[in-house]
Amino acid sequence: MNRRVRELPVATAMLAPSALILGVFVVYPLVRAIQLGHLRCDATGKRCREGGWGQYIDVFRSNEFQHSLANTGRLALMTVPVGLALGIGLAVLADKQIRGIGFFRTVFSSTVATSVAVASLVWFVLLQPEVGVLPDLLHGLIPSLKQPGLLRDPGTALPAVALSSIWASLGFTFIVITAALQSIPRELYESALVDGAGGWMRFTNVTLPMLGPTILFTSVVLTTRAFQAYGEIALLTGGGPDPERPTQTVPYLIYGQNSLVKNDIGLKSSAAVLLFFVLLVLALVQFRGLDKRVHYAS
Amino acid sequence: MRVDTSPGTGLRGARKAGRYALLVLLAFVVLFPIYATLMQALKSGPDAIDHPKSLLPINLTLDTLRAAWRIGDLGRLLLNSIVVAVAVTAGVIVTSLLAAYAFAFVDFPGRGATFVVFLATLLVPAELTIVVNQRTIDSLGWFNSYQGLIVPLLATTFGTFLVRQVFLTVPKDLREAAALDGVGHFRFLLEVAAPLSRPTLGALGLFTFLGTWNQYLWPSTIITDDDHRTIQIGLERLKTGDIDKLNLVTAGTVIAALPIFIMLIIFQRQLVRGLTAGAVKG
Repeated sequence: MNRRVRELPVATAMLAPSALILGVFVVYPLVRAIQLGHLRCDATGKRCREGGWGQYIDVFRSNEFQHSLANTGRLALMTVPVGLALGIGLAVLADKQIRGIGFFRTVFSSTVATSVAVASLVWFVLLQPEVGVLPDLLHGLIPSLKQPGLLRDPGTALPAVALSSIWASLGFTFIVITAALQSIPRELYESALVDGAGGWMRFTNVTLPMLGPTILFTSVVLTTRAFQAYGEIALLTGGGPDPERPTQTVPYLIYGQNSLVKNDIGLKSSAAVLLFFVLLVLALVQFRGLDKRVHYAS
Repeated sequence: MRVDTSPGTGLRGARKAGRYALLVLLAFVVLFPIYATLMQALKSGPDAIDHPKSLLPINLTLDTLRAAWRIGDLGRLLLNSIVVAVAVTAGVIVTSLLAAYAFAFVDFPGRGATFVVFLATLLVPAELTIVVNQRTIDSLGWFNSYQGLIVPLLATTFGTFLVRQVFLTVPKDLREAAALDGVGHFRFLLEVAAPLSRPTLGALGLFTFLGTWNQYLWPSTIITDDDHRTIQIGLERLKTGDIDKLNLVTAGTVIAALPIFIMLIIFQRQLVRGLTAGAVKG
């Protein structure tokens, strides 16, 4: 007891810097945003009054929030399964000690070096019908695609954003899955072989189950990224095209240049708190749903 | 070692060729956006107007890169990004070492509960805190300043957690023996614990640097002047409505991406270690 209390000053000194930063810039904003989410402000955003907890329900039910949430969900549905499948496919393909494999691994990892801004601008140019080759290529493959440009057509804007996101995340997914593949004990494959399992059987019965925890982790990360999509929206579409605004995600609704709630701290806070809860629930659902099927190596 | 079961060399050879063909094809698909960007960036001005879609490596020139550098003031933007990323990285390493040490080696009352509170902050996304942090920075008078870009990022739970994991592997006896010899906590941290965690600190440092460098939302909410814009939010200035100038955008993108590509090739091992820290051991 005495000794532990004597250790208190040194512990306090060591924890103080982190505690101060996390307190001021994480804990305080969390508590404050929940409070501010009650406020209802007038058009100028200056005079606000207490609106109560009901405001959260109002904001959640509002057309703007529902629309943005649906867009965000669609973005996640487009990016997460495809991104995971591609990452696993590439990692399995490159998981063989053959000549030149290091080169291919570097290539598949390479997009990890791109930031949101860099990846988005790369795709912004690629997708411009005036200079990019991609619109022509896609038009050749699918003639029904219209020419104004994928980002300017309300039907294709969100898939185009998804394409950019999938590419940008591919490096991360590839690296994480590759590392997980390398930690699978080779004996498991050997005994599967002895049992007469073919390539596909080995993949579904050994590789996939052993990758379970990693797939779960990656899927949570990719889903969270989709629900935090801001930079790619700002640079690729600005939430547009108007008036449908099919690429307006929840973060863009809160922080976008031409956001409706830009000057309303009350609405902004309640939307941000709601986004936080959506993210929490999604992570929980994924952990609970997938956890049962995941095999943890001891 | 792998057991080979392919029936004959012919089939095995075909399989191997098939795998290579697939690898080459996919490598081409993944690299295509990068190649296209490079070709656009290295195209001369007249070529950009006459052959806007050509991606052939002919008449390559650095003129567009130079123009983007000048028009976008990219030197200044890169400098701002470097200042912010280096300061945050150094800060995070120091705060993580200190906090991790307290959690691993200092036996103080309430340690478990404090650690849980630290971990809980991991759940709070920046998208939530920025609403209020923007006001905090404003009231501190830190709009358009390096402090605004740096200070809120100076501590991360991820870093503390990562370093603590390494510290926990250090035998308790080592600390106790040192304590008997009169070695205080700070000296033990500097001379024993920190050197032991060097590989993890390398990964944490690289990761923090990258994360800070790539920040988009935070700088764009507190920076409006040209003196403090980082490269990520500053690139957008090259994106005017003018279609003829899109090759300036690609040139800016190349300049912004190049330092990180080079850095990641050098620090590949640390990157993999950092990315997989939370993932592999379920």
